[in-house]
Amino acid sequence: MNLSQFLNMGGYGFYVWGSYVVTAIVIVCELVSLHARMQRARGRTAAVSKTKGQAR
Amino acid sequence: MSAVGDAAERALETAPAASPFGAWQAVAWSLARDLRIAVRTRAELGVQLLFYVIVIMLFPLSVGPEPALLRAIGPGVAWVAALLAVLLSLPRLFAADFADGSLEQMGASAFPLPALITGKVAAHWIATGAPLVLLSPVLALPFGLSGEESAILALGLLLGTGILSLLGAIGAALTLGVRGGGALLALLVLPLSAPVLIFGAGAVDAVRAGLSPWPQFSLLAAGLLLAIVGAPFAASAAVRIALD
Amino acid sequence: MTGINWFKYSAPSAFYPLAVRSVPWFAAIAAVLAAIGLYLGFAVAPTDAQQGEAYRIIFIHVPAAWMSMFIYVVMAGWCALSLVFNTRLSAMMAQALAPTGAWFTFIALWTGAFWGKPTWGTYWAWDARMTSELILLFLYFGYIALRNAIDDPRRADRASALLALVGVVNVPIIYFSVKWWNTLHQGASVSVTAAPTMAKIMLVTMLIMALAAWAYTIAVALKRVQAIILERERNAGWVGALATA
Repeated sequence: MNLSQFLNMGGYGFYVWGSYVVTAIVIVCELVSLHARMQRARGRTAAVSKTKGQAR
Repeated sequence: MSAVGDAAERALETAPAASPFGAWQAVAWSLARDLRIAVRTRAELGVQLLFYVIVIMLFPLSVGPEPALLRAIGPGVAWVAALLAVLLSLPRLFAADFADGSLEQMGASAFPLPALITGKVAAHWIATGAPLVLLSPVLALPFGLSGEESAILALGLLLGTGILSLLGAIGAALTLGVRGGGALLALLVLPLSAPVLIFGAGAVDAVRAGLSPWPQFSLLAAGLLLAIVGAPFAASAAVRIALD
Repeated sequence: MTGINWFKYSAPSAFYPLAVRSVPWFAAIAAVLAAIGLYLGFAVAPTDAQQGEAYRIIFIHVPAAWMSMFIYVVMAGWCALSLVFNTRLSAMMAQALAPTGAWFTFIALWTGAFWGKPTWGTYWAWDARMTSELILLFLYFGYIALRNAIDDPRRADRASALLALVGVVNVPIIYFSVKWWNTLHQGASVSVTAAPTMAKIMLVTMLIMALAAWAYTIAVALKRVQAIILERERNAGWVGALATA
């Protein structure tokens, strides 16, 4: 099967790739937002620790 | 409101220690109390009933007056409207008592909280569910439902509104004093009420198809029994979570 | 089981390093299994006689649907633990799983629609499984919304846990009632199950993709629970050192 046949998926390309691509997008969204959440959490924790360190 | 709160305190102070008979006394006490409150606030109940009527009326306006279409969607419309009307009335189940502290009193009393909640839900159903059931045959007329179909509709609503009040009590307790209460309550309760909707409206459709509605009714009845046995305990746990 | 004190890990401070170490392993397993599954799904599995190439969507649709239900049950399990043992970490695990479960439910619905259009002519057929899946999505939304609406984390833990348990008891009832509803209103309903005799390679591929999804879920949930632990235990002494590690 060559590339154009692969993309065409026997005429069902829109449906097959519409499914797989959206799934990939969802996974990327989840990972990106999770990464951002982790960064925010780390940042706030560092801020709290810093103020605690200063308070001592 | 404070007079009611005082009365609650006095009654609870003289309550006997928890016993099996204490549970029945608790149900009777909270049932009577909430019915008295409902009578006092009957204007509010009238508004909720009007809401039911208005929602039903909106459907012919939006889908057109064609009799065959209205006949087809009639049972579904009545059920959805009943569901929404019950949802609208659910916050009042606990909100007032939560606000003035009587709910906390009930939680601390010697009476079992599930029993007290059962009484409250029963009163809530008498005040909001029962009128819906009684009104439904009248509202079924514009949709061209036959006498038999209206009776099946009303019977289904009798069982279904009971289940909805019980399930809704759990949701109302979970969302006590929470932001976005009403819409959040709907989001929590509506998916769980899908089976009730399916079997209630399905009973009317079964009768239309010449089949017996008793499978649907027995499932609704079983659901009601399950809800009566389980929901007060779940709601009681939810109330305690809200009170802590 | 001997020699391992499982309760040692029930404290967020002890669990956090374990989670950090585990995430890369599960992520790697997920990536490898997904690569194998996709290869099998596209290069090895043959074209279907009736559905042509369109059937290849099931390699995502079916695993996603399985995971959406499995995650809800596991979430409810953590919720039950959190209520019985009154542990924060169990509630945090449930909190960490919910978004992933909701995403899988969405993927199941989306791919189901995209599979339905070429094969049965319509994006949405109101069949029993898809309708139940839609209701499941709302059960996830309800859990997440209730959590977000309550400010006190412990009250949020308990309230959402109770909601999840009520939900999990209702899921079979909902599925059964929707199935009944669907058979009663036959009309355009077509069975959404794939052809009864599925080539073994297709089943194997679905299974591998399901395992990949499971490993992915664990990796994501363990990562998310780290963020949740930092968010909620911010003021505890040990957190400062861990977060900068």
